[in-house]
Amino acid sequence: MFKTFRGGMHVPDHKEETNKIPVREIEGAPVHIFPLQQHIGALLDVKVAVGDYVKVGQIIADSEAFLSVPVHSSVSGKVIDIKPYLHPSGSEVTSVFIENDYKYEVCEDIKPHNIDEMSKQEIVKVIRNAGIVGMGGAGFPTHVKLSPPEGKTITHLIMNAAECEPYLTSDHRRLLESTADVVFGMRICMKLFDLKKGHIGLEANKPDAAEAIRALKDSSIEVVELKTKYPQGSEKQLIKAVTGKSVPMGGLPADVGAIVINVDTAFEIAKAFKTGMPVTSRIITVAGDCIKNPCNLDVRLGTPFEFVINQAGGFSHDAKKLIMGGPMMGTAMYSLDVPTIKTTSAILALSEAASVYDSDSPCIRCGKCVKHCPMQLMPLYLSKYAQEGDIEMCEKYNIMNCIECGLCSYLCPGKRGPVQNIRMAKQKIMEKRRKQK
Amino acid sequence: MEHKFVVSSSPHIKANDSISSIMLDVIIALIPACAAGVYFFGMRAAAVLLTTVAACLLSEYVYQKITKKPITVGDLSAVVTGILLALNLPVTIPLWMAVIGSAFAIIIVKQLYGGLGKNFMNPALAARCFMLVAWAGNMSSFVTPFMGYGADAVSSATPLAVLKGMQEGTLPSLLTAFLGGKAGCIGETSGLMLLLGFLYLLLKRIVDWKIPVCYIASFAILMYLFGDNQTGLSQGYFTLMHILTGGLLLGAFFMATDYVTTPTTSLGCIIFGIGCGLLTFAIRRFGSYPEGVSFSIILMNVVCPLIERYTVPKSFGEVKKNA
Repeated sequence: MFKTFRGGMHVPDHKEETNKIPVREIEGAPVHIFPLQQHIGALLDVKVAVGDYVKVGQIIADSEAFLSVPVHSSVSGKVIDIKPYLHPSGSEVTSVFIENDYKYEVCEDIKPHNIDEMSKQEIVKVIRNAGIVGMGGAGFPTHVKLSPPEGKTITHLIMNAAECEPYLTSDHRRLLESTADVVFGMRICMKLFDLKKGHIGLEANKPDAAEAIRALKDSSIEVVELKTKYPQGSEKQLIKAVTGKSVPMGGLPADVGAIVINVDTAFEIAKAFKTGMPVTSRIITVAGDCIKNPCNLDVRLGTPFEFVINQAGGFSHDAKKLIMGGPMMGTAMYSLDVPTIKTTSAILALSEAASVYDSDSPCIRCGKCVKHCPMQLMPLYLSKYAQEGDIEMCEKYNIMNCIECGLCSYLCPGKRGPVQNIRMAKQKIMEKRRKQK
Repeated sequence: MEHKFVVSSSPHIKANDSISSIMLDVIIALIPACAAGVYFFGMRAAAVLLTTVAACLLSEYVYQKITKKPITVGDLSAVVTGILLALNLPVTIPLWMAVIGSAFAIIIVKQLYGGLGKNFMNPALAARCFMLVAWAGNMSSFVTPFMGYGADAVSSATPLAVLKGMQEGTLPSLLTAFLGGKAGCIGETSGLMLLLGFLYLLLKRIVDWKIPVCYIASFAILMYLFGDNQTGLSQGYFTLMHILTGGLLLGAFFMATDYVTTPTTSLGCIIFGIGCGLLTFAIRRFGSYPEGVSFSIILMNVVCPLIERYTVPKSFGEVKKNA
């Protein structure tokens, strides 16, 4: 029996369309666009000016704030513009435009670090300066995650290789193609907490990846095969499956002694030490029923979506939805002009039939949302109270514990969109709480 | 090429189920029981079935037309109500009574409370109880299967009435009770066909096992321990006969699993099932009616909101506050 959590369910995953194809590195676009916000936290200050010549790996924006990481150029060339521009989040964010000279001259500052000669603080600093964030999609600065509050003892370092979102196979391919690097990155994190053992949690649909890790014969790494079930890769559900412990409501993984890092995050950490190269590229799964040749591409950041999609053969037929990330929790884009950023784990193009919700029938109380909620909530009531604006009842039914995995909306036979209603109510509650402070 | 994309909040994919697909599955699951009814009771059973289905659809359509509401007969829920009502009627029921019962189910029990999803009682069962009170004689006159239904029809005591000693008659064998061919309502005659339909619903994950299993198990245990057995048969045989006769299987498989009027929580379903079993036992053992399934389920329907309120599951990582 594979380990897992309570609730959840398997969602048709479409992974076989891309999981056997090796990652292909694509050429850079003529112009790369770097938004100054690619992480959760403070907006960065621009460190270059229009007309400057920048090299690969050079810092183009940074901030003094703790909750921030720098952004580096992924190409060499001239800064041609700095202006607000469309960001994958849907709003406009100041962005640096760099004209690619296709020489890919590497910045002189890029050099390997010898981890054995470094203190823990120095290690964390290298990770921060490499611009590393939670590459799974959250974008939370990794150095902050690796600096838990005083008094919390970390006993479990868990790599999140569940990759439970349908279509996505970028972590799977990374694990297969860079197994040793990913494990090296993980061991760096373990060193920070003097841990003798680390766990890699992956869904049982990736036996080849599990085998590749075991083949390293690294006794400090334990592979934990998990049931293939959405949302197995949700942080709390993963910790529960691997350690058996439940992160308390409103708490952090550190409350149960756990820290979870993503596969690509570990890979970037390894790269930052081995070569000194910061986050300038990533693997992106390009898939969906409207993509001609679904695949995984190694993309230099700042490449516009349209350029990336064309590298996958373009659209096979008319796409109705363009999504950054997975289909369950990703963000819908309205333009092909948005640039790829650190958290672009996937670009999906879906047809109307696959992705557009058309009806809004009454709730027939089928109970599927209750049965499958991975947080043991009652989405049907949360949704009802959210629609009625009854904040008090929403809070009584623990609305803030919702992780917005979207399973209730996926399952709902009435296509009533419980998670969408819940999300809106949560935003209202958070606003109210901010005002009260 | 200019692209226009739909922007909406996640998730961006959806399961294939819809309300009408679920209702269609329930209809498919009821086909064996309907077929058994027609096989054992003749074409008049088919006439009753067609009458209630047509009357339910028409009632819904007319009501929604008059009140200028969106027409929702396409969701097939009225078809399910119609079939369930017919399965709960004796084959000899005058068709005009079946029509009034259907209208009662759809208009009074379902639409007046706000339509699909808002009713607090199972419409078919509520209509059956209404008809039991309104036309007690017609509702409890049963005929022997295969004997026709005209002037030469042979009226027959139901096994439950015999078990209770209310009427003279012979009990069917357990095999007949299970395979079909006993006197009773159209849908009650074959346990096997009901079970087949239920297994289909389980397989398609339309219903959960908890309510039916808790219902039948709690009823069986109580009947075995406390049943008033004057038949001279063994207590086990007596209990099995109780399970296989009357509307217990029909009720447990298809009425107590109605989404709208039963709890959505796991614990709630277990309580609901046990409550149904307890009430059915109490009515069959102590009541003046031989049958208690309809009343039991309806009573539990009424307390369903209460059950649900007190069985809210503990959320992930939730620590109960000290009182």
